[in-house]
Amino acid sequence: MRVSPALYYTVAKASVVTQFQYRAANYFYMVGMVAEPIVYLVVWTTVAEAQGGSVGGITPGEFAAYYIVWTLVRNMNIVLTPYAWEERIRQGRMSGELLRPVHPIHYDIAFFAGWKIPVILMWLPVGALLALVFHPSTDIRPLEVAVFAVAIWGAYLIRTMFMWVLGLLTFWTTRVSAIFEAWFTAELLLSGRLVPMSLMPDWVRTLAAFTPFPSSFGFPIDSLVGDLSTGELLRGLAVQAGWIAVGAGIVALTWRFAVRRYSAVGN
Amino acid sequence: MARVPGRAARPARAGGLSVAWTYLRLAVLVEIQYRVNLVVQLLQSAVAVGTALAVLTLVFSHTTDLGGWSHDELLVVLGLHVLIGGLIATFVQPNMTRLMTDVRQGTLDFALLKPVDTQLLVSCREVNVWQLADVVIGAAIAGTGVARVGAVDAAGALGFAVAAVCGTVLVYCTWLVVTTGAFWLVRMDFVAELFDGLYQAGRWPVTIYPGWLRVGLTVLVPLAFAVTVPAQALTGQLGWRTLAGAALLALVLAVVTRVCWRLGLRQYSGASA
Repeated sequence: MRVSPALYYTVAKASVVTQFQYRAANYFYMVGMVAEPIVYLVVWTTVAEAQGGSVGGITPGEFAAYYIVWTLVRNMNIVLTPYAWEERIRQGRMSGELLRPVHPIHYDIAFFAGWKIPVILMWLPVGALLALVFHPSTDIRPLEVAVFAVAIWGAYLIRTMFMWVLGLLTFWTTRVSAIFEAWFTAELLLSGRLVPMSLMPDWVRTLAAFTPFPSSFGFPIDSLVGDLSTGELLRGLAVQAGWIAVGAGIVALTWRFAVRRYSAVGN
Repeated sequence: MARVPGRAARPARAGGLSVAWTYLRLAVLVEIQYRVNLVVQLLQSAVAVGTALAVLTLVFSHTTDLGGWSHDELLVVLGLHVLIGGLIATFVQPNMTRLMTDVRQGTLDFALLKPVDTQLLVSCREVNVWQLADVVIGAAIAGTGVARVGAVDAAGALGFAVAAVCGTVLVYCTWLVVTTGAFWLVRMDFVAELFDGLYQAGRWPVTIYPGWLRVGLTVLVPLAFAVTVPAQALTGQLGWRTLAGAALLALVLAVVTRVCWRLGLRQYSGASA
Protein backbone atom coordinates (compact mmCIF):
# COMPACT_ATOMS: atom_id res chain seq x y z
CA MET A 1 0.00 0.00 0.00
CA ARG A 2 1.24 3.47 -0.86
CA VAL A 3 1.22 6.31 1.62
CA SER A 4 -1.77 8.37 0.57
CA PRO A 5 -3.21 11.69 1.70
CA ALA A 6 -6.34 9.76 2.65
CA LEU A 7 -4.37 7.85 5.29
CA TYR A 8 -3.12 11.09 6.81
CA TYR A 9 -6.56 12.66 6.63
CA THR A 10 -8.27 9.75 8.38
CA VAL A 11 -5.73 9.34 11.19
CA ALA A 12 -5.57 13.11 11.79
CA LYS A 13 -9.35 13.44 11.85
CA ALA A 14 -9.65 10.67 14.43
CA SER A 15 -7.03 12.43 16.53
CA VAL A 16 -8.85 15.79 16.33
CA VAL A 17 -12.11 14.22 17.43
CA THR A 18 -10.44 12.31 20.27
CA GLN A 19 -8.51 15.26 21.66
CA PHE A 20 -11.54 17.58 21.63
CA GLN A 21 -13.02 15.22 24.20
CA TYR A 22 -10.12 15.81 26.57
CA ARG A 23 -10.40 19.60 26.64
CA ALA A 24 -9.93 19.91 30.41
CA ALA A 25 -6.85 17.66 30.49
CA ASN A 26 -5.36 19.51 27.51
CA TYR A 27 -5.97 22.84 29.21
CA PHE A 28 -4.38 21.85 32.51
CA TYR A 29 -1.38 20.65 30.55
CA MET A 30 -1.17 23.96 28.72
CA VAL A 31 -1.50 26.07 31.87
CA GLY A 32 1.27 24.11 33.60
CA MET A 33 3.42 24.70 30.53
CA VAL A 34 2.94 28.47 30.62
CA ALA A 35 4.74 28.74 33.99
CA GLU A 36 8.13 28.10 32.35
CA PRO A 37 8.20 30.99 29.84
CA ILE A 38 6.69 33.39 32.40
CA VAL A 39 9.65 32.71 34.71
CA TYR A 40 12.11 33.40 31.86
CA LEU A 41 10.17 36.51 30.87
CA VAL A 42 10.20 37.92 34.40
CA VAL A 43 13.93 37.27 34.84
CA TRP A 44 14.90 38.91 31.53
CA THR A 45 12.50 41.81 32.05
CA THR A 46 14.19 42.44 35.41
CA VAL A 47 17.62 42.31 33.76
CA ALA A 48 16.49 44.65 30.95
CA GLU A 49 15.14 47.18 33.44
CA ALA A 50 18.34 47.03 35.51
CA GLN A 51 20.32 47.73 32.33
CA GLY A 52 18.32 50.86 31.54
CA GLY A 53 15.50 49.46 29.42
CA SER A 54 16.99 46.78 27.21
CA VAL A 55 19.46 43.91 27.22
CA GLY A 56 21.27 42.97 24.00
CA GLY A 57 18.92 45.40 22.22
CA ILE A 58 15.79 43.56 23.40
CA THR A 59 13.19 45.53 25.36
CA PRO A 60 10.74 44.05 27.90
CA GLY A 61 7.93 44.36 25.32
CA GLU A 62 9.96 42.38 22.80
CA PHE A 63 10.77 39.73 25.42
CA ALA A 64 7.03 39.48 26.09
CA ALA A 65 6.32 38.98 22.37
CA TYR A 66 9.05 36.35 22.16
CA TYR A 67 7.85 34.31 25.12
CA ILE A 68 4.16 34.53 24.19
CA VAL A 69 4.85 33.10 20.71
CA TRP A 70 7.12 30.64 22.58
CA THR A 71 4.05 29.03 24.15
CA LEU A 72 2.55 28.22 20.74
CA VAL A 73 5.84 26.92 19.33
CA ARG A 74 6.34 24.81 22.46
CA ASN A 75 2.97 23.21 21.79
CA MET A 76 3.95 22.52 18.19
CA ASN A 77 7.09 20.85 19.54
CA ILE A 78 5.12 18.16 21.33
CA VAL A 79 5.54 14.89 19.48
CA LEU A 80 5.75 11.24 20.46
CA THR A 81 8.08 11.18 23.47
CA PRO A 82 11.03 8.79 23.11
CA TYR A 83 10.04 7.33 26.49
CA ALA A 84 6.91 5.93 24.81
CA TRP A 85 9.05 3.47 22.86
CA GLU A 86 9.89 1.52 25.98
CA GLU A 87 6.20 0.75 26.41
CA ARG A 88 5.72 -0.03 22.73
CA ILE A 89 8.49 -2.57 22.85
CA ARG A 90 7.91 -4.02 26.32
CA GLN A 91 4.21 -4.61 25.79
CA GLY A 92 4.72 -6.06 22.33
CA ARG A 93 2.61 -3.35 20.70
CA MET A 94 5.23 -3.07 17.96
CA SER A 95 4.03 -6.40 16.57
CA GLY A 96 0.70 -4.90 15.60
CA GLU A 97 2.28 -1.79 14.14
CA LEU A 98 4.66 -3.84 12.04
CA LEU A 99 1.74 -5.65 10.44
CA ARG A 100 0.36 -2.41 9.04
CA PRO A 101 1.03 -1.86 5.37
CA VAL A 102 2.93 1.45 5.71
CA HIS A 103 5.87 2.65 7.80
CA PRO A 104 4.64 3.35 11.35
CA ILE A 105 6.07 6.88 11.40
CA HIS A 106 3.24 7.99 9.11
CA TYR A 107 0.67 7.16 11.77
CA ASP A 108 2.61 9.13 14.40
CA ILE A 109 3.04 12.16 12.14
CA ALA A 110 -0.63 12.19 11.21
CA PHE A 111 -1.86 11.55 14.77
CA PHE A 112 0.14 14.35 16.39
CA ALA A 113 -0.49 16.71 13.46
CA GLY A 114 -4.22 16.21 14.00
CA TRP A 115 -3.79 16.89 17.72
CA LYS A 116 -2.26 20.27 16.85
CA ILE A 117 -5.58 21.55 15.46
CA PRO A 118 -7.42 21.56 18.83
CA VAL A 119 -4.18 22.68 20.52
CA ILE A 120 -3.84 25.75 18.29
CA LEU A 121 -7.51 26.63 18.77
CA MET A 122 -7.20 26.24 22.53
CA TRP A 123 -3.98 28.27 22.57
CA LEU A 124 -5.65 31.37 21.06
CA PRO A 125 -7.38 32.52 24.30
CA VAL A 126 -4.25 31.69 26.34
CA GLY A 127 -2.12 33.77 23.98
CA ALA A 128 -4.63 36.63 24.09
CA LEU A 129 -4.66 36.60 27.90
CA LEU A 130 -0.86 36.60 28.08
CA ALA A 131 -0.78 39.53 25.64
CA LEU A 132 -3.20 41.48 27.85
CA VAL A 133 -1.06 40.88 30.94
CA PHE A 134 2.45 41.31 29.56
CA HIS A 135 2.03 43.98 26.82
CA PRO A 136 4.13 42.56 23.96
CA SER A 137 5.52 44.96 21.39
CA THR A 138 6.46 43.91 17.89
CA ASP A 139 5.63 44.84 14.34
CA ILE A 140 4.59 41.99 12.13
CA ARG A 141 4.70 41.97 8.32
CA PRO A 142 2.33 39.78 6.26
CA LEU A 143 5.32 37.83 4.92
CA GLU A 144 6.39 37.05 8.51
CA VAL A 145 2.95 35.62 9.25
CA ALA A 146 3.14 33.44 6.15
CA VAL A 147 6.63 32.17 6.98
CA PHE A 148 5.62 31.56 10.60
CA ALA A 149 2.60 29.52 9.49
CA VAL A 150 4.93 27.26 7.50
CA ALA A 151 7.80 27.28 10.03
CA ILE A 152 5.77 25.93 12.96
CA TRP A 153 4.97 22.85 10.88
CA GLY A 154 8.60 22.59 9.82
CA ALA A 155 9.56 22.67 13.50
CA TYR A 156 6.98 19.96 14.17
CA LEU A 157 8.45 17.67 11.49
CA ILE A 158 12.08 18.24 12.57
CA ARG A 159 11.28 17.40 16.15
CA THR A 160 9.21 14.36 15.11
CA MET A 161 12.17 12.95 13.15
CA PHE A 162 14.79 13.44 15.84
CA MET A 163 12.57 12.25 18.68
CA TRP A 164 11.91 9.12 16.62
CA VAL A 165 15.64 8.50 16.22
CA LEU A 166 16.11 8.91 19.99
CA GLY A 167 13.22 6.56 20.62
CA LEU A 168 14.68 3.92 18.31
CA LEU A 169 17.73 3.71 20.58
CA THR A 170 15.45 1.81 22.93
CA PHE A 171 15.81 -1.19 20.61
CA TRP A 172 19.46 -1.48 21.64
CA THR A 173 19.50 -0.52 25.32
CA THR A 174 16.95 -0.03 28.05
CA ARG A 175 19.01 2.51 29.99
CA VAL A 176 18.09 5.36 27.68
CA SER A 177 16.88 7.98 30.14
CA ALA A 178 20.37 9.45 30.67
CA ILE A 179 20.81 9.90 26.90
CA PHE A 180 17.37 11.45 26.56
CA GLU A 181 18.02 13.87 29.43
CA ALA A 182 21.34 14.94 27.92
CA TRP A 183 19.61 15.58 24.58
CA PHE A 184 16.80 17.59 26.19
CA THR A 185 19.33 19.70 28.09
CA ALA A 186 21.29 20.46 24.92
CA GLU A 187 18.00 21.32 23.25
CA LEU A 188 17.00 23.66 26.08
CA LEU A 189 20.27 25.58 25.87
CA LEU A 190 20.80 25.63 22.09
CA SER A 191 17.28 25.99 20.66
CA GLY A 192 16.20 29.42 21.88
CA ARG A 193 13.77 27.88 24.36
CA LEU A 194 15.64 29.25 27.37
CA VAL A 195 16.47 32.65 25.95
CA PRO A 196 16.54 34.35 22.50
CA MET A 197 19.68 33.02 20.81
CA SER A 198 20.99 36.55 20.25
CA LEU A 199 21.69 36.79 24.01
CA MET A 200 23.88 33.70 23.98
CA PRO A 201 27.67 34.02 23.75
CA ASP A 202 29.04 33.76 20.19
CA TRP A 203 30.54 30.30 20.62
CA VAL A 204 27.18 28.90 21.78
CA ARG A 205 25.47 30.34 18.71
CA THR A 206 28.13 28.86 16.43
CA LEU A 207 27.69 25.50 18.10
CA ALA A 208 23.89 25.72 17.83
CA ALA A 209 24.10 26.40 14.08
CA PHE A 210 25.38 22.85 13.61
CA THR A 211 22.34 21.34 15.36
CA PRO A 212 18.67 21.06 14.39
CA PHE A 213 17.64 22.78 17.62
CA PRO A 214 17.36 26.45 16.52
CA SER A 215 15.29 25.44 13.47
CA SER A 216 12.69 23.75 15.63
CA PHE A 217 12.30 26.48 18.26
CA GLY A 218 14.11 29.79 17.93
CA PHE A 219 13.63 30.26 14.19
CA PRO A 220 9.82 29.93 14.14
CA ILE A 221 9.56 32.47 16.99
CA ASP A 222 12.03 34.88 15.38
CA SER A 223 10.29 34.55 12.02
CA LEU A 224 7.21 36.16 13.55
CA VAL A 225 8.48 38.57 16.22
CA GLY A 226 12.14 39.07 15.25
CA ASP A 227 13.48 41.51 12.69
CA LEU A 228 14.52 39.02 10.02
CA SER A 229 14.97 40.21 6.43
CA THR A 230 13.12 38.48 3.60
CA GLY A 231 16.34 36.66 2.67
CA GLU A 232 16.87 35.44 6.24
CA LEU A 233 13.27 34.23 6.45
CA LEU A 234 13.55 32.19 3.26
CA ARG A 235 16.98 30.86 4.22
CA GLY A 236 15.53 29.76 7.58
CA LEU A 237 12.82 27.76 5.80
CA ALA A 238 15.45 26.17 3.56
CA VAL A 239 17.51 25.17 6.62
CA GLN A 240 14.37 23.65 8.13
CA ALA A 241 13.77 21.63 4.96
CA GLY A 242 17.37 20.45 5.12
CA TRP A 243 17.00 19.24 8.72
CA ILE A 244 13.74 17.46 7.90
CA ALA A 245 15.56 15.61 5.10
CA VAL A 246 18.53 14.75 7.35
CA GLY A 247 16.19 13.56 10.11
CA ALA A 248 14.11 11.45 7.71
CA GLY A 249 17.30 9.89 6.33
CA ILE A 250 18.55 8.93 9.82
CA VAL A 251 15.11 7.55 10.71
CA ALA A 252 15.03 5.40 7.56
CA LEU A 253 18.51 4.06 8.17
CA THR A 254 18.11 3.44 11.93
CA TRP A 255 14.70 1.88 11.48
CA ARG A 256 16.04 -0.77 9.12
CA PHE A 257 18.55 -1.97 11.74
CA ALA A 258 16.34 -1.39 14.78
CA VAL A 259 13.45 -3.47 13.55
CA ARG A 260 15.74 -6.47 13.04
CA ARG A 261 16.49 -6.42 16.75
CA TYR A 262 12.84 -6.54 17.71
CA SER A 263 11.42 -9.80 18.98
CA ALA A 264 8.07 -10.24 20.62
CA VAL A 265 6.90 -13.01 22.88
CA GLY A 266 3.39 -14.39 22.92
CA ASN A 267 0.42 -12.91 21.11
CA MET B 1 -17.89 -19.36 63.02
CA ALA B 2 -14.88 -17.18 63.53
CA ARG B 3 -13.18 -17.64 66.84
CA VAL B 4 -13.02 -14.52 68.88
CA PRO B 5 -9.73 -14.36 70.70
CA GLY B 6 -10.52 -14.24 74.36
CA ARG B 7 -7.86 -12.16 75.93
CA ALA B 8 -6.02 -10.59 73.01
CA ALA B 9 -4.15 -7.63 74.35
CA ARG B 10 -5.20 -4.39 72.69
CA PRO B 11 -2.17 -3.29 70.64
CA ALA B 12 -0.29 -0.47 72.23
CA ARG B 13 -0.63 2.81 70.34
CA ALA B 14 2.63 3.00 68.46
CA GLY B 15 4.72 6.14 68.89
CA GLY B 16 4.62 8.42 65.85
CA LEU B 17 8.35 8.90 65.55
CA SER B 18 9.18 5.22 65.81
CA VAL B 19 6.68 4.45 63.00
CA ALA B 20 8.24 7.08 60.74
CA TRP B 21 11.70 5.80 61.59
CA THR B 22 10.73 2.22 60.75
CA TYR B 23 9.33 3.23 57.35
CA LEU B 24 12.50 5.19 56.60
CA ARG B 25 14.71 2.22 57.53
CA LEU B 26 12.61 -0.13 55.40
CA ALA B 27 12.83 2.20 52.39
CA VAL B 28 16.61 2.40 52.72
CA LEU B 29 16.91 -1.38 53.01
CA VAL B 30 14.77 -1.91 49.90
CA GLU B 31 16.58 0.69 47.81
CA ILE B 32 20.07 -0.49 48.73
CA GLN B 33 19.33 -3.48 46.50
CA TYR B 34 19.16 -1.18 43.46
CA ARG B 35 22.39 0.77 43.71
CA VAL B 36 22.64 1.52 39.99
CA ASN B 37 19.66 3.82 40.48
CA LEU B 38 21.91 6.04 42.57
CA VAL B 39 24.24 6.56 39.61
CA VAL B 40 21.32 7.36 37.30
CA GLN B 41 19.91 9.78 39.87
CA LEU B 42 23.28 11.47 40.38
CA LEU B 43 23.70 11.89 36.60
CA GLN B 44 20.26 13.45 36.23
CA SER B 45 20.79 15.74 39.23
CA ALA B 46 24.16 16.83 37.86
CA VAL B 47 22.67 17.68 34.46
CA ALA B 48 19.82 19.64 36.04
CA VAL B 49 22.07 21.56 38.42
CA GLY B 50 24.67 22.19 35.69
CA THR B 51 21.95 23.71 33.51
CA ALA B 52 20.74 25.91 36.34
CA LEU B 53 24.29 27.15 37.00
CA ALA B 54 24.78 27.85 33.29
CA VAL B 55 21.58 29.92 33.25
CA LEU B 56 22.76 31.86 36.29
CA THR B 57 26.08 32.59 34.57
CA LEU B 58 24.26 33.65 31.41
CA VAL B 59 22.00 36.06 33.28
CA PHE B 60 24.93 37.60 35.11
CA SER B 61 26.92 37.97 31.91
CA HIS B 62 24.32 40.63 31.03
CA THR B 63 23.90 42.27 34.43
CA THR B 64 25.54 42.56 37.85
CA ASP B 65 22.38 42.60 39.91
CA LEU B 66 18.98 40.95 39.56
CA GLY B 67 16.27 42.84 41.42
CA GLY B 68 18.71 43.62 44.25
CA TRP B 69 20.29 40.14 44.41
CA SER B 70 23.92 39.47 43.55
CA HIS B 71 25.28 36.38 41.80
CA ASP B 72 26.46 34.77 45.05
CA GLU B 73 23.19 35.49 46.82
CA LEU B 74 21.33 33.82 43.96
CA LEU B 75 23.62 30.83 44.41
CA VAL B 76 22.14 30.51 47.90
CA VAL B 77 18.60 30.73 46.45
CA LEU B 78 19.41 28.10 43.81
CA GLY B 79 20.99 25.76 46.37
CA LEU B 80 18.00 26.00 48.70
CA HIS B 81 15.64 25.50 45.76
CA VAL B 82 17.40 22.26 44.82
CA LEU B 83 17.57 21.18 48.48
CA ILE B 84 13.88 21.79 49.26
CA GLY B 85 12.92 20.25 45.91
CA GLY B 86 14.91 17.17 46.94
CA LEU B 87 13.13 17.01 50.29
CA ILE B 88 9.73 17.25 48.58
CA ALA B 89 10.66 14.54 46.06
CA THR B 90 12.01 12.30 48.83
CA PHE B 91 9.38 12.58 51.52
CA VAL B 92 6.29 14.53 50.42
CA GLN B 93 5.42 13.82 46.80
CA PRO B 94 5.62 10.00 46.91
CA ASN B 95 3.35 9.89 49.96
CA MET B 96 0.82 12.25 48.44
CA THR B 97 0.75 10.31 45.16
CA ARG B 98 0.09 7.13 47.11
CA LEU B 99 -2.62 8.83 49.16
CA MET B 100 -4.43 9.90 45.97
CA THR B 101 -4.28 6.33 44.66
CA ASP B 102 -5.47 4.93 48.00
CA VAL B 103 -8.45 7.26 48.10
CA ARG B 104 -9.41 6.43 44.52
CA GLN B 105 -9.08 2.69 44.93
CA GLY B 106 -10.42 2.48 48.47
CA THR B 107 -7.21 0.97 49.81
CA LEU B 108 -6.94 3.74 52.38
CA ASP B 109 -8.91 1.27 54.54
CA PHE B 110 -5.65 -0.46 55.41
CA ALA B 111 -4.09 2.73 56.72
CA LEU B 112 -7.22 3.64 58.70
CA LEU B 113 -7.16 0.29 60.49
CA LYS B 114 -3.69 0.77 61.94
CA PRO B 115 -3.38 1.93 65.55
CA VAL B 116 -1.56 5.15 64.78
CA ASP B 117 -2.62 8.63 63.75
CA THR B 118 -3.65 8.31 60.08
CA GLN B 119 -2.38 11.71 58.98
CA LEU B 120 1.05 10.79 60.30
CA LEU B 121 0.90 7.36 58.70
CA VAL B 122 -0.05 8.57 55.21
CA SER B 123 2.72 11.17 55.42
CA CYS B 124 5.58 8.78 56.12
CA ARG B 125 4.81 5.53 54.30
CA GLU B 126 6.89 6.23 51.19
CA VAL B 127 10.46 7.47 51.03
CA ASN B 128 12.15 7.99 47.67
CA VAL B 129 15.67 7.51 49.01
CA TRP B 130 17.83 8.36 45.99
CA GLN B 131 16.27 11.80 45.64
CA LEU B 132 18.29 12.68 48.73
CA ALA B 133 21.10 13.23 46.20
CA ASP B 134 19.43 16.57 45.42
CA VAL B 135 19.43 17.47 49.11
CA VAL B 136 23.19 16.94 49.31
CA ILE B 137 23.92 18.78 46.03
CA GLY B 138 21.61 21.64 47.01
CA ALA B 139 23.27 21.97 50.41
CA ALA B 140 26.70 22.09 48.75
CA ILE B 141 25.63 24.89 46.36
CA ALA B 142 23.92 26.87 49.11
CA GLY B 143 26.99 26.40 51.33
CA THR B 144 29.27 27.73 48.59
CA GLY B 145 27.00 30.73 48.15
CA VAL B 146 26.86 31.43 51.89
CA ALA B 147 30.66 31.24 52.17
CA ARG B 148 31.09 33.66 49.25
CA VAL B 149 28.54 36.15 50.53
CA GLY B 150 30.01 35.87 54.04
CA ALA B 151 27.17 37.76 55.72
CA VAL B 152 25.87 35.09 58.05
CA ASP B 153 26.22 35.41 61.83
CA ALA B 154 24.69 33.57 64.78
CA ALA B 155 21.41 35.49 64.50
CA GLY B 156 21.29 34.78 60.77
CA ALA B 157 21.88 31.08 61.34
CA LEU B 158 19.13 30.97 63.95
CA GLY B 159 16.80 32.90 61.65
CA PHE B 160 17.58 30.41 58.88
CA ALA B 161 16.78 27.45 61.12
CA VAL B 162 13.41 28.93 62.06
CA ALA B 163 12.64 29.99 58.48
CA ALA B 164 13.59 26.58 57.11
CA VAL B 165 11.35 24.74 59.58
CA CYS B 166 8.42 27.08 58.81
CA GLY B 167 9.03 26.71 55.06
CA THR B 168 9.08 22.92 55.28
CA VAL B 169 5.87 22.85 57.33
CA LEU B 170 4.19 25.20 54.83
CA VAL B 171 5.20 23.10 51.83
CA TYR B 172 4.03 19.88 53.45
CA CYS B 173 0.73 21.42 54.52
CA THR B 174 0.05 22.89 51.08
CA TRP B 175 0.61 19.52 49.46
CA LEU B 176 -1.58 17.71 51.95
CA VAL B 177 -4.44 20.24 51.73
CA VAL B 178 -4.45 20.00 47.94
CA THR B 179 -4.18 16.21 48.04
CA THR B 180 -7.10 16.09 50.48
CA GLY B 181 -9.12 17.41 47.56
CA ALA B 182 -8.99 13.83 46.25
CA PHE B 183 -11.60 12.89 48.87
CA TRP B 184 -14.09 15.05 46.95
CA LEU B 185 -12.75 15.14 43.39
CA VAL B 186 -11.23 11.63 43.13
CA ARG B 187 -8.98 12.36 40.15
CA MET B 188 -6.14 14.73 41.06
CA ASP B 189 -3.35 13.49 38.78
CA PHE B 190 -2.66 16.93 37.37
CA VAL B 191 -1.73 18.31 40.81
CA ALA B 192 1.83 16.95 40.82
CA GLU B 193 2.32 18.27 37.27
CA LEU B 194 1.00 21.71 38.19
CA PHE B 195 3.02 21.94 41.41
CA ASP B 196 6.23 20.97 39.60
CA GLY B 197 5.65 23.70 37.02
CA LEU B 198 5.01 26.33 39.69
CA TYR B 199 7.90 25.14 41.85
CA GLN B 200 10.31 26.01 39.01
CA ALA B 201 9.44 29.66 39.62
CA GLY B 202 11.12 29.39 43.05
CA ARG B 203 14.56 29.10 41.46
CA TRP B 204 14.51 32.90 41.44
CA PRO B 205 13.70 35.04 44.48
CA VAL B 206 9.99 35.84 44.52
CA THR B 207 10.86 39.51 45.02
CA ILE B 208 11.56 39.85 41.28
CA TYR B 209 8.05 38.82 40.23
CA PRO B 210 5.40 41.46 39.50
CA GLY B 211 2.89 42.10 42.32
CA TRP B 212 0.02 39.70 41.53
CA LEU B 213 2.39 36.87 40.70
CA ARG B 214 4.39 37.46 43.89
CA VAL B 215 1.22 37.29 45.98
CA GLY B 216 0.30 34.01 44.29
CA LEU B 217 3.72 32.53 44.87
CA THR B 218 3.60 33.56 48.51
CA VAL B 219 0.06 32.61 49.44
CA LEU B 220 -1.11 29.92 47.00
CA VAL B 221 2.21 28.09 46.67
CA PRO B 222 4.42 28.94 49.64
CA LEU B 223 7.53 29.31 47.49
CA ALA B 224 8.44 32.59 49.14
CA PHE B 225 8.58 31.00 52.58
CA ALA B 226 10.11 27.74 51.40
CA VAL B 227 13.03 29.19 49.45
CA THR B 228 13.29 32.97 49.38
CA VAL B 229 12.89 33.69 53.11
CA PRO B 230 15.46 31.10 54.29
CA ALA B 231 17.81 32.44 51.60
CA GLN B 232 17.30 35.96 52.93
CA ALA B 233 18.27 34.70 56.39
CA LEU B 234 21.50 33.24 55.03
CA THR B 235 22.41 36.41 53.13
CA GLY B 236 21.68 38.81 55.98
CA GLN B 237 18.56 40.40 54.44
CA LEU B 238 15.89 39.02 56.74
CA GLY B 239 13.87 41.20 59.12
CA TRP B 240 12.21 39.73 62.18
CA ARG B 241 8.79 40.78 60.92
CA THR B 242 8.98 38.46 57.91
CA LEU B 243 10.18 35.68 60.17
CA ALA B 244 7.31 36.17 62.61
CA GLY B 245 4.91 36.22 59.66
CA ALA B 246 6.31 32.93 58.40
CA ALA B 247 5.94 31.32 61.84
CA LEU B 248 2.37 32.57 62.21
CA LEU B 249 1.41 31.40 58.74
CA ALA B 250 2.96 27.98 59.36
CA LEU B 251 0.96 27.62 62.56
CA VAL B 252 -2.32 28.68 60.94
CA LEU B 253 -1.83 26.45 57.90
CA ALA B 254 -0.93 23.47 60.10
CA VAL B 255 -4.27 23.84 61.92
CA VAL B 256 -6.17 24.36 58.66
CA THR B 257 -4.53 21.25 57.22
CA ARG B 258 -5.58 19.19 60.22
CA VAL B 259 -9.18 20.39 59.87
CA CYS B 260 -9.22 19.69 56.10
CA TRP B 261 -7.82 16.24 56.72
CA ARG B 262 -10.55 15.43 59.26
CA LEU B 263 -13.29 16.73 56.94
CA GLY B 264 -11.81 14.73 54.08
CA LEU B 265 -11.73 11.51 56.08
CA ARG B 266 -15.39 11.98 56.92
CA GLN B 267 -16.04 12.14 53.17
CA TYR B 268 -14.19 8.87 52.57
CA SER B 269 -16.49 5.93 52.00
CA GLY B 270 -14.10 3.00 51.75
CA ALA B 271 -13.48 0.24 49.26
CA SER B 272 -16.83 -1.51 49.35
CA ALA B 273 -19.11 1.50 49.14
